[in-house]
Amino acid sequence: MGFPDKQRGRRSIFFGKAVGLGSAALILGGVNGGPLALAEDAASLAPERARELVRMVRQDCGSCHGLTLRGGLGPALLPENLSARPLPALKYTILFGRPGTAMPPWQPFMTEAEAEWIVVQLLRGFPEESQ
Amino acid sequence: MKPPKAGLFWGWLFVLWPLLVGSAEPTLRATGDLGVIVERGAGRVVIVNTSSNSVVQRVEGLGDLSHASVVFSRDQRYAYVFGRDGGLSKIDLLRGVLDKRIVQGGNSIGGAISQNGKLVAVANYEPGGLKVFSADTLELVADIPATYGDGKLSKVVGIADLPGDRFIYSLFDADQIWVADVRDPKAPKVEKFSNIGKSPYDGLVTPSGRYYLAGLFGEDGIALLDTWQPQQGVQRILANYGQGEEKLPVYKMPHLRGWAVAGGKVYLPAIGRHEVLVADTLGWKETGRIAVRGQPVFVVARPDGRQVWVNFAFPDNGFVQVIDTLTGQIVQTLEPGKAVLHLEFTPRGEAVWISARDDNKVVVYDTASFAKLAELSVESPSGIFFTARAHRIGF
Ligand code: HEC
Repeated sequence: MGFPDKQRGRRSIFFGKAVGLGSAALILGGVNGGPLALAEDAASLAPERARELVRMVRQDCGSCHGLTLRGGLGPALLPENLSARPLPALKYTILFGRPGTAMPPWQPFMTEAEAEWIVVQLLRGFPEESQ
Repeated sequence: MKPPKAGLFWGWLFVLWPLLVGSAEPTLRATGDLGVIVERGAGRVVIVNTSSNSVVQRVEGLGDLSHASVVFSRDQRYAYVFGRDGGLSKIDLLRGVLDKRIVQGGNSIGGAISQNGKLVAVANYEPGGLKVFSADTLELVADIPATYGDGKLSKVVGIADLPGDRFIYSLFDADQIWVADVRDPKAPKVEKFSNIGKSPYDGLVTPSGRYYLAGLFGEDGIALLDTWQPQQGVQRILANYGQGEEKLPVYKMPHLRGWAVAGGKVYLPAIGRHEVLVADTLGWKETGRIAVRGQPVFVVARPDGRQVWVNFAFPDNGFVQVIDTLTGQIVQTLEPGKAVLHLEFTPRGEAVWISARDDNKVVVYDTASFAKLAELSVESPSGIFFTARAHRIGF
């Protein structure tokens, strides 16, 4: 098995680790400033799909990261935990997982834009599920 | 004159009513057929009755219950709920109220109650270690950090009670199994077994309390400790069950607790594979494997051992399959609802309760005919725990 883009994903993560601190400010600035691309991605997500993703993150990611995302078997995914990580590294972690750890690849269940949407929401403080 | 008098009459009636009506025939109830269901998102548990298949009461204010588990006092009156947020809550099933609640750690995974019923132990992810409390008062009586290497703390998983007021558990980050003897809580004795295999993720003890099995996430196989002969050390069983094939991504860690020991065999979830592994409990050799619908999460034997029920990880979490232990065949595939998280048998196994998180319901099935007996509406239900656990080693 294996996904065609695995290598690219992994490289991004390592790249991210190497320059993590340096690019943190950039990424943070980007998120807070709401760059056009991100805003468009978020806006173009159908409300129904957004609800599904929120539920998926809270429930299915929550089984390892905690329903409140304060951590469990996987680390906490709160803004203060993630803000120092480059956005693409986080996105590729979600899409391709981290080989050798318990973090699985979610690429079969979401698009790249959706993974990015999740990262942006995580960095802002992830929305609660609307029951 | 009149209105005040009438007011007085009604006032007295109001005060006396409970005495006149209530105290004459107090409603007694027992707890042997009760249980609790965790309402995952709402920080609440539902007390249920398995004789009438009904909801008795709800108890609120329990914090983050995303991975909550429950043990019971030996008198089956109290349920101890271990919350994800490190909360430990003691619920009085008789009165239907929260009796006590403490937040004992940052992040916990589960707990166990000692053989004599006096101590409750919590396995913590953060700070990694074991904390032991008085079952009565929830006062801390022992703190055993899971220290390894150069002072790091490991997440603790797979806790179970052992005879002799001991607790056995695994250190996820340290690849160790520890046995803590807390008979004297002021001076706990800890026996450690290292290099047991990569990343143990959960564990179980067999019904006799003799064998402890820890499932490994980081490699194929199961670590086995014979607690009657600990000097023999930890053995590896079912090694290489994956035969070197790359395993499928794992979207939910399987659970081992909940005996799947039936008819001299143990049934275990294969990690990253659509298989249940079968081994005999004498020689611990693989005797077979059963292809199932998805990656197993819970593999649980009906109390009489004739059936083993299996649920699955995302994305196959809408299914439940039933294995006949005599033939090793799947005899039934059910679709109880969306996102099946847990299942629990009634004490003698005539019925099974199954939680379907995304359909906000718990479904009760007859285990002989597979007919649906009842459906209860429960908000995001996860774990289901019946008081019969109070009298079983390893629960
Ligand atoms: C089976 C358990 C599991 C599930 C389910 C899971 N994760 Fe993870 N996740 C982990 C583990 C373990 C790590 C840490 C990996 C490491 O050691 O680098 C991790 C790491 C991460 C990271 C990187 C955090 C950091 O600080 O670098 C992100 C982001 C993340 N997960 C997001 C998600 C999302 C989003 C989902 C659901 C779509 C999800 N995870 C589901 C186990 C899981």
